[in-house]
Amino acid sequence: MESVLKTAFPFIVVAVGIGAAFGGVMMIVAYTVLAERKVLGWIQGRIGPNRAGPWGLFQPFADLLKFIFKEDLTPDKSTKVVYFLAPLVALTCALMPMVVYPFGPAITTVDWSFLPWGLGEGYHVLPLTIGQIDVGVLFVLGITSVGVYGIALAGWSSNSKYSLMGGLRSSAQMISYELAMGASVIGVVMLAGTLDLNGIIFAQIRSPFKWFIIPQVIGFFVFLISAFAETNRVPFDLPEAETELVAGFHTEYSALKFALFFMAEYVNMFTVSVMCTVLFLGGWYIPGLGHIFEPGSIPYAVASMVGFVAKICAFLFLYIWVRGTLPRFRFDQLMNFGWKFLLPVALGNVLLTIIVVFFLNR
Amino acid sequence: MATTVLFFIFAGIAIACAVSTVYQRNPLYSAISLVGVFLSLSGIYVTLAAPFIAAVQVLIYAGAIMVLVVFVIMLLNFDDEPGRNRLKYLYVMGIGLGVLLLGQTFYIYSAVMRVPNVAIEQTKTAGKTLSIGQGMYTEYLLPVEIVGIMLLMAIIGAVILVRRLNQPQLELVVENELEDERLEEGMLN
Amino acid sequence: MEPSLASYLALSGILFTIGAVGVTFKRNAIGMFMCIELMLNAVNLTFVAFARYYGDVTGQLFVFMVMSVAAAEAAVGLGIIIAFFRNKESVDVDDASLMRN
Repeated sequence: MESVLKTAFPFIVVAVGIGAAFGGVMMIVAYTVLAERKVLGWIQGRIGPNRAGPWGLFQPFADLLKFIFKEDLTPDKSTKVVYFLAPLVALTCALMPMVVYPFGPAITTVDWSFLPWGLGEGYHVLPLTIGQIDVGVLFVLGITSVGVYGIALAGWSSNSKYSLMGGLRSSAQMISYELAMGASVIGVVMLAGTLDLNGIIFAQIRSPFKWFIIPQVIGFFVFLISAFAETNRVPFDLPEAETELVAGFHTEYSALKFALFFMAEYVNMFTVSVMCTVLFLGGWYIPGLGHIFEPGSIPYAVASMVGFVAKICAFLFLYIWVRGTLPRFRFDQLMNFGWKFLLPVALGNVLLTIIVVFFLNR
Repeated sequence: MATTVLFFIFAGIAIACAVSTVYQRNPLYSAISLVGVFLSLSGIYVTLAAPFIAAVQVLIYAGAIMVLVVFVIMLLNFDDEPGRNRLKYLYVMGIGLGVLLLGQTFYIYSAVMRVPNVAIEQTKTAGKTLSIGQGMYTEYLLPVEIVGIMLLMAIIGAVILVRRLNQPQLELVVENELEDERLEEGMLN
Repeated sequence: MEPSLASYLALSGILFTIGAVGVTFKRNAIGMFMCIELMLNAVNLTFVAFARYYGDVTGQLFVFMVMSVAAAEAAVGLGIIIAFFRNKESVDVDDASLMRN
């Protein structure tokens, strides 16, 4: 029993970590939905949801209950297997990047002595990341690009012309903007010299700028704009343009299947916010925090995590703000903007970064 | 041990998905099965200490090429594959080819099994992004340049293949060709 | 215990066989295209396996090249398929025998 527990201990730690990260991310996502409705309400001079709980705080859970109890309709001539598969693919691909998020700095002074049988002996470092993957940036980009299947298959399998048009538009849009997104990341990767997300944060700490948004301001804006397009948010929400396509790819989805798509969209928003924060805003790093707490201690890690979440929330607020402010693009405008403006700008940024890095390293 | 278990799981998924790719009549089902093959191969690459290749496999094959294929299938929206090939001898050829290749595979398997092949100790750098980048831009610079030019050619080829000329553009092309002919005639005279 | 090099080669050979048989059996151009991608992937697996078992990064570099070729092939191949579909309203390769009769 004891030896089994000892072997299993690292796995238990990772499992607890996954549970904590999943719970935290889902809570943030749930309250993003509420915040979106509240902020949109304020922007439009309304109050927003305020019935469930004080200030409408229980609204996300009420929504979830409603989704569960609604009737689950399946279109008669839909392709059943694919129709069920699509929302699962969408949500899975949205949640997978969570594995590499650097939630905070590693705690080096961790003390497991309260555990029985000397379980934690030999483990002094607790990284606040689920998995240290050497190619974190590529992993996130790859998994999010697989997420397109969820939308495309949903559009195809519903056997409805609105869904099909929505699915086609979204796949075209996502393929187009992925290029600009990837090209805008290259500048950061070149400055950092690594694809590991934690490594990128440490590279920012070492650099004289502290945050890569200063040398990579062009890359930042290209990334931000293509992130809006990748997550199908206003002003790029063509796949679900209500006036033209009813509800786009999820026209035929109801109840829990629709809830999965809905959650996937907000988790994707969270993902690109995390990427924006880590690549351009120093991740969990807060300049000057090392003078207050000792790096590696628990208070330092907690303060860093709070800073990380605060930066993410700022981006989520930006999303909502833009949604309340900007009108929608036309589809040809969207394509022209992506291919003829964003991609050349991103490539120019790569070229500029290459030249600067080359002359700085001489 | 864990590697072996993972290998057999991923290998099973890969073979099942590959068979399904060939078996399915509906091209979209074929495409989904093929994505399954790519993802499980990516898992095998991770166990082979090649995380960069694994990530690129997901990014390029599953995320770019197959999305394009699915997009084309949805766009063209053609019917399921009807009946059988008109060329019957292709079936005989296919089965013969399959038997031949399987025999070859078995021969290679037994031949390699006889030689003791122990995986060398994993070095710190092999398979990491840094070593791949260094190899690409020092020893294999020329192939990389050639691949770049080939990609450029593919872009131009694809654009020219699928462009649809409207009437004034068509007239312009015809006019240009006539002009060329006239010039040639002038040069001949 | 790790799986031996031979088992990786066997998997690769099986996948290649399935792909090759698929190319001869399939009728529509997109199906054939996908089977060719399957064959390319089978070859990639041997490259990565050899790179692992001989501790040389060259194999992984070659995989990179193969992937670039596959991407170029996808662009041009799908372009041809679309152009063909526009002319013939079909993606059946048997319909592409204009020069035959």
